[in-house]
Amino acid sequence: MPEVKSESLQETSTNNEDVIVSYKDVKKSFGDVHVLKGINLDIKPAEKVALIGPSGSGKTTIIRMLMTLEEPSAGEIIVDGKNLWHMEKNGKKVPANEKHLREVRGDIGMVFQHFNLFPHMTILENCMTAPIHVQKEDKESARKRSIEMLEKVGLGDKLENYPSQLSGGQKQRVAMARALVMRPKVMLFDEVTSALDPELVGEVLEVIRDLAEEGEMAMILVTHEMDFALDVADRVIFLDEGVIAEEGTPSEVLEHSDNERLQQFLHRFRSSN
Amino acid sequence: MKGVEITLKVLFASILLGYSMAFIAGFCRLSNNIILRSFTGFYVEVFRGTSLIVQLFWLYYALPMLFGWDIGSNFWAGVLAISLNYGAYMSEIVRGSIQSVAKGQYEASTALNMSRFQRMRLIILPQAVRMMLPEFGNYLILMLKSTSLVSLIGMADILYQGDLLKDANLSLAPTVYFLVLVFYFIIALPLIWLTKKMEGMSKKGVAS
Ligand SMILES: Nc1ncnc2c1ncn2[C@@H]1O[C@H](COP(=O)(O)OP(=O)(O)OP(=O)(O)O)[C@@H](O)[C@H]1O
Ligand SMILES: [Mg+2]
Repeated sequence: MPEVKSESLQETSTNNEDVIVSYKDVKKSFGDVHVLKGINLDIKPAEKVALIGPSGSGKTTIIRMLMTLEEPSAGEIIVDGKNLWHMEKNGKKVPANEKHLREVRGDIGMVFQHFNLFPHMTILENCMTAPIHVQKEDKESARKRSIEMLEKVGLGDKLENYPSQLSGGQKQRVAMARALVMRPKVMLFDEVTSALDPELVGEVLEVIRDLAEEGEMAMILVTHEMDFALDVADRVIFLDEGVIAEEGTPSEVLEHSDNERLQQFLHRFRSSN
Repeated sequence: MKGVEITLKVLFASILLGYSMAFIAGFCRLSNNIILRSFTGFYVEVFRGTSLIVQLFWLYYALPMLFGWDIGSNFWAGVLAISLNYGAYMSEIVRGSIQSVAKGQYEASTALNMSRFQRMRLIILPQAVRMMLPEFGNYLILMLKSTSLVSLIGMADILYQGDLLKDANLSLAPTVYFLVLVFYFIIALPLIWLTKKMEGMSKKGVAS
């Protein structure tokens, strides 16, 4: 299908150019379970957002919808001015097809709780494959950038190893390098340290901290590491019962909020750690 | 021995056609198209649920008489019966292997913005094929054994030649069938070796 960029779909974004991702009254149900009941959320380029909330509150679902792994039941998600889940066809707004999704989600990258590395490929191939096949980058340059990225996450000496030969912390750092070589504008992290042995958490957080300090990429971090969130995030969002129950700077939310559910959540959290 | 040549011909043609059939039917069963899916499901169940000899006789004797479809030669009738039969079994392996690739692999490749086709070709299939290999190897040997059935529709394969010799001189029967055994085993040797090799390959770099 030729470029079908509709005026009406674009309008939403033209008036706020400093927003890279915008959730507009996004709802999601699984069967008759209403997991998300209307999420409104704007994320600025380079902004670091920490998403916290009780188990089952829908944190994963929010970012999976942005990665196109889950389709919203209602509402819209705008990525860099483009409507993610809808496109224009003959002047009408219709559900996006695969081609449209691919056009829009190219700006998004994601790191998973369980790494999801490709087990049949070496570490280097894990990183090179998508730039070569998806972005049509030439092999040499993809290879060079992948090596640089793996060196940056401290795995320059593991290029020819297979994922099965790495520790959890190393796997997660590969997963980050793999996502980063695609140069996303927004990177999603879904509890990327919670499947790791405690002594390996530090090395992964350190990489994320470095990324955050470099700055240009927006990041949404679903995390249970409150201290880390306090440290790295520009904004903390507390999700509860399908809505954003509280948001603000880390210190506002984590230290000075009087939202009762949030207090309970933080309290339970601190006492269990 | 001409019998060996015929057995080998039938075997190779059946292997090629059988694996192709396995992949085609395997993918069809995973397709979104309900008609395609149920049609292949029907094919798979029919061919798995009836015996190879019966299928062979159908293709060679019954179909030409009932519908005037002449397969052309007993060679193609034999090859077709074996490959359709084994294709049906192996399509289940294809389908099962593809389905058992972890969901996270689909998600990671989507997150890297791969197209459906790229995801299948670069990520899912290579892992699924590794799971298929050991079982495919076993079917290779089973297929060899099944080729002996083509002697029943008058093909001069190893077994058929053996039968001829035996008919000429009944006292030779033990020697003849011993030789037949040896021939089959010699052909099977490289297949067994290949199967081992495939198992080895499938172990490499898969467990995550
Ligand atoms: N594919 C699915 N099918 C049915 N229900 C689902 C599905 N995915 C998520 N859910 C439900 O949606 C709710 C929110 O899930 P989600 O994974 O987004 O929560 P979460 O905030 O990430 O929780 P956690 O902290 O445990 O990871 C849960 O009740 C979950 O059971
Ligand atoms: Mg979650």
